[in-house]
Amino acid sequence: MPDRHNLHINGSVHAVEAGAERSLLSVLRDDLDLTGAHYGCGEGQCGACTVLMDGQPTRSCITPVGAVGAKAVVTIEGLEHEGKLHPVQQAFLDADALQCGYCTSGMILSAVGLLKKHPTPTEAEIVSGMNGNVCRCGTYRRIVNAIHAASRSQQKEARR
Amino acid sequence: MSRRPLTEEQETQAEEGRSVPLSPTAVNSRLVPETTALPSRRDLLKTVGAGLLLLVALPEAEAQESGGGGRRRPDSASQSIGAWIHIAADGAVTVYSGKVEVGQNARTSLAQAVAEELRVPVGAVQMVLGDTDLTPYDMGTFGSRTTPTMIPQLRKAGAAAREILIDLAAAQWQVERSALTAGGGKISHAATKRTLTYGELVKGQKLTQTIPADVALTPTAQWRVMGVSTPKADGRDFVTGKHTYTTDVKRPGMLTGKILRPAAFHATLKSLDAQAVKALPGVTVVQDGDFVGVIAPTAHEATRALAALKAEWNTVSQPSDQTLYEQLRPGSKAGKTAERTEADPAGHTIEATYTVAYIAHTPLEPRAAVAEWKDEKLTVWTGTQRPFGVRGDLAAAFKLPESSVRVIVPDTGSGYGGKHTAEVAIEAARLARAAGKPVKLVWTREEEFTWAYFRPAGVLTVKATAQTDGTLTHWEFDNYNSGPSGIRAPYAVPQQRADFHRTQAPLREGSYRGLAATANHFARESHIDDMARAVKIDPLAFRLKNLQELRLRAVLETAAARFGWDKRRPLPGHGYGLACGTEKNSYVACCVEVTVDRVSGKVQVTRIVAAFECGAIVNPLHLQNQVEGSLVMGLGGALFEAIRFDQGKILNPHLSAYRVPRFADVPPIEIILVDRKDLPSEGAGETPIVAIAPAIRNALLDATGQFLYTLPLAPNGLKT
Repeated sequence: MPDRHNLHINGSVHAVEAGAERSLLSVLRDDLDLTGAHYGCGEGQCGACTVLMDGQPTRSCITPVGAVGAKAVVTIEGLEHEGKLHPVQQAFLDADALQCGYCTSGMILSAVGLLKKHPTPTEAEIVSGMNGNVCRCGTYRRIVNAIHAASRSQQKEARR
Repeated sequence: MSRRPLTEEQETQAEEGRSVPLSPTAVNSRLVPETTALPSRRDLLKTVGAGLLLLVALPEAEAQESGGGGRRRPDSASQSIGAWIHIAADGAVTVYSGKVEVGQNARTSLAQAVAEELRVPVGAVQMVLGDTDLTPYDMGTFGSRTTPTMIPQLRKAGAAAREILIDLAAAQWQVERSALTAGGGKISHAATKRTLTYGELVKGQKLTQTIPADVALTPTAQWRVMGVSTPKADGRDFVTGKHTYTTDVKRPGMLTGKILRPAAFHATLKSLDAQAVKALPGVTVVQDGDFVGVIAPTAHEATRALAALKAEWNTVSQPSDQTLYEQLRPGSKAGKTAERTEADPAGHTIEATYTVAYIAHTPLEPRAAVAEWKDEKLTVWTGTQRPFGVRGDLAAAFKLPESSVRVIVPDTGSGYGGKHTAEVAIEAARLARAAGKPVKLVWTREEEFTWAYFRPAGVLTVKATAQTDGTLTHWEFDNYNSGPSGIRAPYAVPQQRADFHRTQAPLREGSYRGLAATANHFARESHIDDMARAVKIDPLAFRLKNLQELRLRAVLETAAARFGWDKRRPLPGHGYGLACGTEKNSYVACCVEVTVDRVSGKVQVTRIVAAFECGAIVNPLHLQNQVEGSLVMGLGGALFEAIRFDQGKILNPHLSAYRVPRFADVPPIEIILVDRKDLPSEGAGETPIVAIAPAIRNALLDATGQFLYTLPLAPNGLKT
């Protein structure tokens, strides 16, 4: 039986009728038309479905919507602020850190979560923090460079 | 399920491609517009005629290639047209090409080609790709053909358009055309400081021109847009989640479908109990022989309905991967089979057998399609590298004329040669016809791993002889099953023979990035290292001694110099390897460093240096990215990717069981692009993949002394 969930997504509350066992990914995509999170594997192995929950990168394909509660969900659609790209989004563009782009939303949100935890991450911290995200086009080194660049621009912004 | 080995067509196929949803305004809209509002291709010729429409006529040879010998051809009016380009009264430049975008950035490079010749900024060119109603026929986006064939066609179109615009201005101003220049989207007359924009020039005109084949192109040395790093077209849409992949397409009233898959390959349906499903509200079960699907309002309801179907299958006994190479070539066993040295007057001779496993493309966006029937016309949105091929397959499946089928390819979540076929489009269309409503079908990862096709496995045997001074004198090479691409050794060997042998293959096979060139280079470049060892000559020096092909020598020497090949020092647990190769008129060399942990056996590639040359570079940024991506993909097939199967089932159809390269697998990569402005631009999506596997193999040999003859080389590490 569908339950009612008040989901806090990208700064606003969305009331959704859905069985508690349904994945957050399917609710985002099918009920709320937030299709920036993608299905890639359905078992939390590729990271294409990654969203932030209370700032934590989370695999929405294996997260039941009933477990979300009042946690603040941020999807790729919620990252841009007043027409300005998030520093990580901008860094991905600048570094050409994508090819087909299907993994990109999940990569960017995982990177945002990583930078929250490690504002100036080492190479090893980036690799271990991002290793659950697959880019089959193989742009990994570009993504590492983009994360370093985003870190620098966030640091610069913080000093202002 | 097809058991056939690679066809000739498949052998010419590989990887590329992008497309726009229906119209420029629809790019960011998930709810794509009504198909009935769109012109058919013939109508387009009439309706976009206001302004300037140029049809790019193909030279005879390319028309053959685009048409595909013996295949069903599209309507004759368009079969010799490779692309068209339109300049509207408001100055908008729209280019229509049947190529698709799958991440290789064809959308960017093709726009660069037109912008260069038309003298407009690259951002002023809108590309409409991969839409069978809007774009001219194209055989498909594969074989690294977009750059060498479509770019010259579009350059000719752009150049011809520019010349016509100059003619128009000259007529209007009554001046010599030689006094006029084109630039910034305008024609200018310097003497009188007059200008007319392209829009002003074509306003009120209704010009349709076919481009003469001999139109002059801008010399490479004068390029301003081509040859320059240009950012990804629509890049912002990809980092903001706005881009609409096939999986994101939504149509009014759309339902979701799921297909009941057989228990194994070649299984037939024994019985189906759909009682429990028929009771579910809003769910329809579709059965037509062994084809069984469910349709439901939402994906989760469709998934639940599918799980509630009770089916029994008749299965047949099928072989396993444990006996794969025995099946492909009886008696095969990977390893050295003979070695004769020193005392042999013929020289040093080594015979060895190499094996290559099945691997899967694993595009991150699985196969998907949205099908919609309206007034006996079928429209399918699907991520394919062959929109016109899929249209033909849909027309055949539903006994429709091709003019009643439209295939639209949204820019797709990659392909790597894996998205050539029409299954998902046909399945979605069957369900949509039964439902009387649009239906979306997205394959699960497990379906993608099971019901797509694989890069062919292979057995390769090599017998070679070298003199003590390192001169190769004899080369015999046989490839069983994996394919003939890149089979010819580029080394100057007086006696050389290389043959491909078709065999009965246990799994369904098809195109893959680089095709068999990866397998053939693996066996050849591994064997070359072993020959060098036998005659005690450095592997770089051994190659150079036998290599006369200048372009290949150049990349090999470039990569080795940057790597510091001659300065490398032995370190415990470290190894260095190199390999080189050529295919599809481009050239690659790779040097790698590996470490092997003596305790755990863990293998790590710690450094890659690659040099690549594909003629005059169109977009250095995207070329660099493409080469990097090829190396990373090649690293997976080199070290650990392998499809396991038994009794008609794939045993590892999940990303948790089929290992693809991840961040931790990828070392710093240094790429040197050799820009040959004096040579035509060639494709680059495939060839950079061919040398990485043997380079790693040779580095592992250097590190451990172990001769490896199988791909993947070390799926579980390497115990020393």
